Amino acid sequence: MATTLTKAEDRTAVGHAARIAHVSKSFGGPEGQQLVLDDITLDVAPGEFVTLLGASGCGKSTLLNLVAGLDRPTAGSIETPGGRPALMFQEHALFPWLTAGKNIELALRLRGVPKSERRTEAERLLELVRLGGAYGKRVHELSGGMRQRVAMARALAQDSQLLLMDEPFAALDAITRDVLHDELTRIWRETNVSVLFVTHNVREAVRLAERVVLLSSRPGRIAREWTVDIEQPRRIEDNAVAELSVEITEQLRGEIRRHGQH
Amino acid sequence: MASTDTKPDDLAGLEAGLDALDAVQVRRTPVREVLLRKVLPPALAVALVITVWQLLVEAQVTDDYKLPSPAAVWNSASDMWLQGTLLEVVWTSISRGLLGFLMAVAIGTPLGLLVARVKFVRAAIGPILSGLQSLPSVAWVAPAVIWLGLNDKMMYAVILLGAVPSVANGLVSGVDQVPPLFLRAGRTLGASGLRGTWHIVLPAALPGYLAGLKQGWAFSWRSLMAAEIIASSPDLGLGLGQLLENGRNNADMPGIFLAIILILFVGIAIDLLVFSPLERWVLRSRGLLVKN
Ligand SMILES: Nc1ncnc2c1ncn2[C@@H]1O[C@H](COP(=O)(O)OP(=O)(O)OP(=O)(O)O)[C@@H](O)[C@H]1O
Ligand SMILES: [Mg+2]
Repeated sequence: MATTLTKAEDRTAVGHAARIAHVSKSFGGPEGQQLVLDDITLDVAPGEFVTLLGASGCGKSTLLNLVAGLDRPTAGSIETPGGRPALMFQEHALFPWLTAGKNIELALRLRGVPKSERRTEAERLLELVRLGGAYGKRVHELSGGMRQRVAMARALAQDSQLLLMDEPFAALDAITRDVLHDELTRIWRETNVSVLFVTHNVREAVRLAERVVLLSSRPGRIAREWTVDIEQPRRIEDNAVAELSVEITEQLRGEIRRHGQH
Repeated sequence: MASTDTKPDDLAGLEAGLDALDAVQVRRTPVREVLLRKVLPPALAVALVITVWQLLVEAQVTDDYKLPSPAAVWNSASDMWLQGTLLEVVWTSISRGLLGFLMAVAIGTPLGLLVARVKFVRAAIGPILSGLQSLPSVAWVAPAVIWLGLNDKMMYAVILLGAVPSVANGLVSGVDQVPPLFLRAGRTLGASGLRGTWHIVLPAALPGYLAGLKQGWAFSWRSLMAAEIIASSPDLGLGLGQLLENGRNNADMPGIFLAIILILFVGIAIDLLVFSPLERWVLRSRGLLVKN
């Protein structure tokens, strides 16, 4: 694919897909300012797959929203040299007034793809998530797993160099989730996109990532990082995945326990 | 793709199985069932009303100049039909009503959008707009006649004052109910500002807007009837309201009944033929209509 080649060239030139430097975020609440993220520094390399792991409420979504440009950091800076990142929400966020195919075409249209090419490109993207026949389907006619795949195709339609994913598979059953993990790994390797993937599921994090970043809670800080040296394709039930998951879970529990002590 | 990947056929097969298992089955309702469940019940209800009416007439509960028989009303209708005036009268009112309604849409839509999206405008005229909805449009007839005289302009003014607030308010509540998730999803796709309004906000607000249009039509029709009944003049074409008023002046009870039935009939017919199908189509295409 020609697009993949040019993208790969872009990436070597740029150096990083996202650079999060000393980012803090606080929200004004009834009890004064609440510091949610504290001095987060994190680079995502071009083509890299990073998972962001942390307990519920530690600020993972907040961080993704900042990277996506939906909100501004209180301090620090965020660079995404590849342009506006694509964001996949925990809920599929597909527009119910459009068919699956038209949802994707809207993303293409807003990106400036000429009308004559949109249909073919939308069908190619649906093919990529293995939903070749779903072009004319309404959102409510699709199963939960199919909706997430259409949402993935729509995110890919932005042709962004950075794909942000906020617990996209959290609401799915285990088998569907396994299938989508395989799909995501395959697509990531085929398209060379960089992925920043948020989850609170340790095994999911290890199953997918090249690098796992653990966030502590209140305020969210980077607690530790692991490089995952297990060859892809992995399975969530692989021994190597399980072993590293045990280690990370121990650390995550320690982080959570710290909060109970005072 | 690297040969080390999970066997792709396996994965595709598994996916196909999962999709087949929980994809929604969409079924079209056969015509027979529609007739049986949608057409039969109201037809029976109408038949029942006419029967009771006829029985009351036969029991002579009151003088027959007060309560005409269904047959007398029918005769009055067929007389008008034979004179060729029936359709003309109905059409005079419908065309006024629809034209007024279209003008109300043309004014109410941008107004609603402005109120929904501009904070200052909302604070300034939002409450007035919702207050106007509860003001009976009959109240406008007197000033409209004085300002504009006894003519079509005055009719349209009354219709607009009745229907514009409904249309605008429908759009406002539609916009207010757009889930924030759609707005955020739109922004990540690059739809903000005017593009966001066009591609995300307006289509997302369509159900509320349609409800507003439906109510706007009901108000247009009501306002028009009020105007026609109160402000009848030979200069104005004969509409259903004037038909009613003429019936009163001539103590022609069958004529009055006929006019009331026609007014009701037109209101229901437009709603049933235009707005209900439109609303159902929009809701169904979004999976918002639950079939029982
Ligand atoms: N707009 C906001 N205003 C005030 N507080 C907020 C806002 N958004 C998030 N917060 C607070 O920031 C903290 C982190 O929220 P966030 O949604 O980022 O957590 P999370 O890590 O994504 O959690 P989960 O895993 O449950 O999705 C929470 O305590 C939340 O109450
Ligand atoms: Mg979250």
